[in-house]
Amino acid sequence: MADSADPLLRVTGATVVLGGRTALEKADLSVDAGELVGLIGPNGAGKTTLLRAVLGLVPLAAGAVTVEGGTGRRAGRLIGYVPQRHEFAWDFPIDIAGAVLTGRTRQMGWLRRPGAADREAVQQALELTGLTDLRRRPIGELSGGQRQRVLVARALAAGPRILLLDEPFTGVDVPTQELLNELFGRLAAEGRALLMTTHDLAAAARTCHRVALINRTVVAEGGPDLLADSDQMLRAFGLDRAIGAVA
Amino acid sequence: MIEFLTDPWQLPFMQRAFAVAAVIGLVCGVIGVYVVLRGMAFIGDAVAHSAFPGVALAYAFEGNLLLGGAAAGITTAVLIAFVSQNRRLKEDTVIGVFFAFAFGLGIVLVSTRDSWTTDLSSFLFGQVLAVSAADVWTVAAIGAVLVLMVLAIGKELVAVSLDRETARAAGLPVFRLDLALYVVVTTTIVMSLEAVGNILVLALLITPAATARMLTERLWAMTLLASLIGCTGSVAGLYVSYAYDLAAGGSVVVVLTGLFVLTWCLAPRHGLLAKLLQRPDPSALASAGR
Repeated sequence: MADSADPLLRVTGATVVLGGRTALEKADLSVDAGELVGLIGPNGAGKTTLLRAVLGLVPLAAGAVTVEGGTGRRAGRLIGYVPQRHEFAWDFPIDIAGAVLTGRTRQMGWLRRPGAADREAVQQALELTGLTDLRRRPIGELSGGQRQRVLVARALAAGPRILLLDEPFTGVDVPTQELLNELFGRLAAEGRALLMTTHDLAAAARTCHRVALINRTVVAEGGPDLLADSDQMLRAFGLDRAIGAVA
Repeated sequence: MIEFLTDPWQLPFMQRAFAVAAVIGLVCGVIGVYVVLRGMAFIGDAVAHSAFPGVALAYAFEGNLLLGGAAAGITTAVLIAFVSQNRRLKEDTVIGVFFAFAFGLGIVLVSTRDSWTTDLSSFLFGQVLAVSAADVWTVAAIGAVLVLMVLAIGKELVAVSLDRETARAAGLPVFRLDLALYVVVTTTIVMSLEAVGNILVLALLITPAATARMLTERLWAMTLLASLIGCTGSVAGLYVSYAYDLAAGGSVVVVLTGLFVLTWCLAPRHGLLAKLLQRPDPSALASAGR
């Protein structure tokens, strides 16, 4: 943030209207290389919408998303997406290595088979996520934590500089949480920018370098200790108005 | 026994029937893999039915039945692909309304002709014993193009099938890939209509692929098995029909379904018997819950 250079990812005044409802209004956020930023907020606060806006999956009614100061298709190639686990067809007949390889579909290009660079990228992604030994296992036979790692590996296979993670800690066991924690820390340390949404305040406080509280817009951002600031938290979760109404 | 196998081959119309059934079984097996994995069975049904008014119209005006069916079927497929891009609409409801209408329209169109009841039955159930040599070559050529097309965009189809949103975020043309798949499925259905008819074509598309899914966790193996099952099942069905003097299309479907039921019970890992014999372990539960 204090850096004079462009941050790796910058969202300015992002406004998204979905079906006539303003899901996101003038949201500002930036993530630097080497940073893991947590996006915290109640259900329906626009966490996933913000990620989808960054990915270009929903149109911006106003505002801009820049990656390394640029926009458009080239910028999109620098972003990897790790969706929520239920977005993925786990009943498809494919093994882990095959699923991870689909992350490189765009890089491979039409009518091309995977080359040496693709196999190398898949192997690295599997190693980073601790899936090398399971590479031939069908994806239908994985635990929740293993599935989460497959999604991370698939995103990493494309070699992104920015990783967007939607609720990566939801419903995974403690060993996987620790593994992901350690992995995200390492990915950030290697110079990537990570932005993740989460409900899990404890995990966010443990993992994130910075957190942004979101409720239709970015209400506050700061260090993880922000999560201990009850006024800010009440505001983010829309409870200040509820309390005001009662009083 | 030898005579049972060689006898039908003495008859030219049976030779053509075997050839066309084998090709259709094989092509439907390959394309059916995507129909099954994408949960497109109902869409396939809608397309098969909506090809009917096109065929009927071509018949009423003495045009090319294949082209008429293809035009109507592809129009429907494109409409469905377009409508289903909007997540708020319940796709199956729209399809349900649409294909019942198309079917009714087809019957009305056919009924304008005097000989309509016999013609209707050949549209609905096919006339595999009446295909010409030219039909066999047409089906083989179209089938080859369809299989090559699906293989060519296979890796993109897999990426989209696994996770549409991420594929779209990565810059894949998801809508155009959907469209391509719908057109391939429609063409497969229309090219099979003459041999197996409107109602039975769905069994050729879905049953072999569903059978193959029970047997493997690999896409290439599933594709290979589905085409093998579709091909041998169709030929075997024709034998049954010849030997016992039964309806050809119906026999093919009964044989294919028999293979499916057998597999459902006896498949090595996911069959009923295997499930009863093995103690439930977590990985079996995970795959059973899909």
